[in-house]
Amino acid sequence: MHEMAICESILQTLQQEAAAQGFSVVRKVRLEIGPFSGVEVDALKFGFDVVTKGSLATDAALEIIETKGTAWCLPCAASITIKNRYDPCPTCNSHQLQITGGEELRIKELEVD
Amino acid sequence: MCTVCGCSDGNVQIEGKDGQHAHAHDHSHDHSHDHHHGHGHHHDHDHHHHDHTHAHDYGAGIAGTSVPGLSQSRIVQIEQDILAKNDQYAARNRGYFMDQGILALNLVSSPGSGKTTLLVRTLNDLKGKTACSVVEGDQQTSADADRIRATGAPAIQVNTGKGCHLDGHMVGHALETLKPEPASLVFIENVGNLVCPAAFDLGEAHKVAILSVTEGEDKPLKYPDMFAASGLVLLNKVDLLPYVEFDVDTAVQNIRKVNPAAKILQVSATTGEGMDNWLSWLSAAHSMILAGHPLSEQSA
Repeated sequence: MHEMAICESILQTLQQEAAAQGFSVVRKVRLEIGPFSGVEVDALKFGFDVVTKGSLATDAALEIIETKGTAWCLPCAASITIKNRYDPCPTCNSHQLQITGGEELRIKELEVD
Repeated sequence: MCTVCGCSDGNVQIEGKDGQHAHAHDHSHDHSHDHHHGHGHHHDHDHHHHDHTHAHDYGAGIAGTSVPGLSQSRIVQIEQDILAKNDQYAARNRGYFMDQGILALNLVSSPGSGKTTLLVRTLNDLKGKTACSVVEGDQQTSADADRIRATGAPAIQVNTGKGCHLDGHMVGHALETLKPEPASLVFIENVGNLVCPAAFDLGEAHKVAILSVTEGEDKPLKYPDMFAASGLVLLNKVDLLPYVEFDVDTAVQNIRKVNPAAKILQVSATTGEGMDNWLSWLSAAHSMILAGHPLSEQSA
């Protein structure tokens, strides 16, 4: 539900950067989104189109780099990859995991004119 | 348009702010209206359509960058968290709470889990012992703040309008009006929603998730972000356990799957069962804030 708010936040960042770095048109926005960021990518894409309409990013393409979910398994003392927060360690089946990656929700870079 | 919540100025209302909440930002976009309408109509049940629409724009965007006239395009590295702005507001709130020796808790749950009833009971139990105040978040009405005020504790209602969560900015403004006492407890009752509030830090010391036994044991797996973000989970309405099909052990296991470190307490705000444990937790959490704090040395 909050993807719209996140798109607003992205647009705000674009406007600030446009003023700071001297560009007027955004061609592409590259985001890094993790599986545990709490964001639905389809909803984000839809929200982005709606929110950027008529702005400096009106024709901007949204490219999303989906990062992997990673965790540190305490019993194995090893880094593992998981798809869901509730997944057990694929090696030892333990849930004693500390999430180490996959919460990314960031603007990586822009392609601008 | 509010910084992070996405609602337009008229939507967020904080009591005592002379009607509508005056935003100090200069970024109201003229498409904000469309945005809300589009959101309400399309969200959640129209994904195929979104994909379709988007695929068109995507193609156009890529093609756009390849035409010769646009070869002056350049790459700007941003590397910025999208919610950085909210995090700044949250950090400011957190600094304020630290300075004042205040334990701030962000209470999160589905609608109807009994957050307000639990708070009312807690405030009554703490009356005369610890000063408390409450920030109430709901989309509409001041019904909950009214219930809280009936206990004698100061409360301020924040109506998020169409927003689905409180953000750091709204809470900051609410604190200006609420003016909580030093060394007190501040309960922030978030909008009943197990999804969005997980992503928005308010500056609290802990998120406290409330799961009632009239809901499913699988909720921690269905909404893992919220349970992973919460330091304490209260299983509420345990007085109803004989009448509902809710397996406490399964629920606890599910919470542990997403958050092995979470503290889990069973309570009933109606009968008072388990309230002692919750009050002990509150007292311990507040002691951690006050340890080494100048305020506690004065009073000692």
